[in-house]
Amino acid sequence: MNLELLGITVLWTFLYGYLIVSSIDFGAGFFAFYARWKKKDHIMNDLISRYLSPVWEVTNVFFVFFFVGIVGFFPTTAYYFGTALLIPASVAIILLAIRGSFYAFNNYGSRDSIFYLFLYGATGLLIPASLSTVLTISEGDFLAVTDDKVTFLAKELFTSPFSWSVVFLSIVSVLYISATFLTYYADRADDRQARRTIRQFALFWSMPTIVASLLVFISLQMHNPEHYNKAITEYWWMFGLSLLCFGIASWFIYTGKRYGTAFIMVMLQFFFAFFGYGASHLPYILYPYITVHENVTNETMALALVIAFILGLLLLIPSLILLMRLFLFDADYVKGKKK
Amino acid sequence: MELDSVMLSRMLTTMTLMFHIIFAMIGVGVPVMIAIAEFIGIKKNDPHYLLLARRWARGFTITVAVGVVTGTAIGLQLSLLWPSFMEVAGQVIALPLFMETFAFFFEAIFLGIYLYTWDRFKGKWTHWLLTIPVMIGSSASALFITTVNAFMNTPQGFDLKNGQAINIDPIAAMLNPATPSKVFHVVSTSYMTSAAILAAIVAFAILKGKRGQYEQKALRLTVTCTLIFSVLTAIAGDVSAKFLAEVQPEKLAAAEWHFETEEGADIIFYGTLNEDGEIENEIRVPKLLSFLAGNSFDTEVIGLNETPEDERPPLWIHYMFDIMVSIGMFVMAITALFVIMSKVKKWNELNKPLLWAVVASGPLSLIAYESGWILAEVGRQPWILRGYMKVAEAATRNDDVGITFVMFALLYLVLGVMTVVVLIKMFKNSPAEAELEKRFPNGEGSA
Ligand code: HDD
Ligand code: HEM
Ligand code: HEM
Repeated sequence: MNLELLGITVLWTFLYGYLIVSSIDFGAGFFAFYARWKKKDHIMNDLISRYLSPVWEVTNVFFVFFFVGIVGFFPTTAYYFGTALLIPASVAIILLAIRGSFYAFNNYGSRDSIFYLFLYGATGLLIPASLSTVLTISEGDFLAVTDDKVTFLAKELFTSPFSWSVVFLSIVSVLYISATFLTYYADRADDRQARRTIRQFALFWSMPTIVASLLVFISLQMHNPEHYNKAITEYWWMFGLSLLCFGIASWFIYTGKRYGTAFIMVMLQFFFAFFGYGASHLPYILYPYITVHENVTNETMALALVIAFILGLLLLIPSLILLMRLFLFDADYVKGKKK
Repeated sequence: MELDSVMLSRMLTTMTLMFHIIFAMIGVGVPVMIAIAEFIGIKKNDPHYLLLARRWARGFTITVAVGVVTGTAIGLQLSLLWPSFMEVAGQVIALPLFMETFAFFFEAIFLGIYLYTWDRFKGKWTHWLLTIPVMIGSSASALFITTVNAFMNTPQGFDLKNGQAINIDPIAAMLNPATPSKVFHVVSTSYMTSAAILAAIVAFAILKGKRGQYEQKALRLTVTCTLIFSVLTAIAGDVSAKFLAEVQPEKLAAAEWHFETEEGADIIFYGTLNEDGEIENEIRVPKLLSFLAGNSFDTEVIGLNETPEDERPPLWIHYMFDIMVSIGMFVMAITALFVIMSKVKKWNELNKPLLWAVVASGPLSLIAYESGWILAEVGRQPWILRGYMKVAEAATRNDDVGITFVMFALLYLVLGVMTVVVLIKMFKNSPAEAELEKRFPNGEGSA
């Protein structure tokens, strides 16, 4: 495997990691707000905060890692996306900033203001929607490129069925991933009431997820037939596996057993879909301007980045395992017996 | 001055960075203070110090959150506002930026563990050990980002051919000539400013009548640390000046209003420039600049006239330099006085004027920190990559920077106000004495 493929695979993996951990976080924000609104917060919100408090900062770093990495490996992306996306990206940053800081203000500072919770819940849906448009833009036709300037064609984006189906998919996926994880977490905490509520969310959001995925496929066929054809001829099996995992996960949740396995199946469902999508998008990063082969950084830097990455992983993996053992797999902590 | 996208990009970058560095500085310095307090607390079995560490850590969660979100903002803004710069420089200097994310990761993981495991381990030292990766992580982020900034001042590790960077050596780019002095000064000033701010808060509480053991111990600890770190800062500042004299003379010359190259150069404090560019109203110390630049009173110091006129930094950075140095000297003097007075039995260090001076040291140090960065960054003008690329060539051509500036200004306003309000509320709602009672009911160790 050459360096540029290795690089994009690593970055895509981190983006996948961000997709999972941030979905849990974003969705949890929405559920926390919903529960408070329906006056059911005593059931769920302790549970949610016990999981989120120690890990939210780690979630953010996944994202930072991705955008620093992509500019490092493929510096041209800075030029195209940077020039074009000033306004949309700034809006996304501001939403992220509001979300992160207000989470801290609420959780550590003055407790429980419904206004904070509202901000927290609403940004949890708006952020995935706005971030997902970057993927939409990478399909091409939303940028006008001249010699010294790249312009973002906002009107095209807002009137494109493809773009809206991606937004729809991102929002329902967030809620679905989050609900399946929290069902598992509630189950480990032996918190029956919370589990019952969240399991209903998980079942409720499973169908829309599949419908939205189909919509994305259909509109992709219209928007970028080249990508679509590659996806269904070369990588159809990945999407098939994804569907299979979805089936297994839904079965477990429906029958009410093995919530842990169910969540792993959900992760695999998104893994196959996400990598199938990414692999069929290659060699383009931004269709048709940036490809992984032509716009990769120089070889020395690519090699240095890969080495740094490997050394970094050696440091991170043991630390992450420690974090998970203390907060995710420590039954007493999950049950709220340890502070 | 025209508000084109170059100017607006500069303003937005400046605003974001000046806001971020407040929290970044706290992020680098406060973990060290927490580690020291917890260490003493365990060692002496003194609940006062343990409580101190706990309370600082609680406040720290808020500033970290704001540090993280503003850091994410600046990280993305670099690509949004300086796309051409990132495209070219990224080829050479992406490595430390990438490694910085690992430092964040490392810090974030252990900070999460530290904050939620106060009572979870059997041995007391286990919890304290967690401060070490947190300190390493945050100081390493400062180190890596500072190498990037140093690279912008003294780029090396590549050759430029037809606008393309070739023969790239990422390690040489990281370890450029400006790196050692910059990292040393940035890290020591972060420690100093954090300690000074904590000292100011305690001194203020004592002035408001909270004269318990807890406050007195906290004050002695924070002031002593401030003194130590301010001595380190002055040494590092001296190293920085010597570095500039040798490698980036136009920055030092602009900061010192030193126009003619000469031996035995005088140092100029404050003063004004008249229409003919002559210096008036200044305080002049003969030959001191030569000493600052090269450890001898007749070192030759290169003057600004050697630099082509369109490559000279603006002269107002002189005041930034003076503010920084004056504050450094003031804080060092005040903290030294405090430490001496507390050592001599007859003297009472808790007198009002001295306490007010300690209170002032906190915000003043922050001002010095900001002035130092302004000096360093504006002193690099007009270059973004000294000798290779000017700021004007690097900025985005997007026309919407103005509205973006307004959006971020509002964001920082809200975040700044909220941070202060939440922190005050947090500590008002749980006063130290009450918490001490609650956590250590038997009063163990509080002799
Ligand atoms: C509490 C803050 C503080 C204090 C008291 C001082 N400094 Fe400083 N100074 C900084 C905070 C700072 C800084 C924010 O850390 C800077 C900005 C960039 C850098 O490398 O460090 C800086 C930059 C900086 C530079 C420019 C370095 C460069 O661009 O490469 C010089 C020459 C000095 N300092 C010298 C001094 C001297 C002689 C001081 C006398 C005591 C001093 N500083 C006190
Ligand atoms: C990748 C790294 C960096 C880039 C691309 C960058 C770029 C810039 C640019 C273009 C400006 C505008 C210059 C001007 O307005 O005159 C600026 C200003 C500034 N930068 Fe940097 N910088 C970087 C690193 C840093 C770091 C690490 C710091 C420290 C926190 C910093 C602090 C500042 C400050 C305080 C200003 C304001 C100066 C002013 O008032 O104009 N910069 N930076
Ligand atoms: C161009 C300048 C800078 C950039 C691009 C930048 C980037 C970032 C980013 C992306 C984050 C968020 C990381 C996360 O998600 O955890 C962050 C946080 C942080 N930055 Fe900066 N940074 C800059 C300047 C500085 C400087 C000058 C320092 C040190 C003096 C510093 C120290 C930190 C620290 C310690 C954090 C962790 C948050 C905290 O503990 O408060 N940064 N920075």
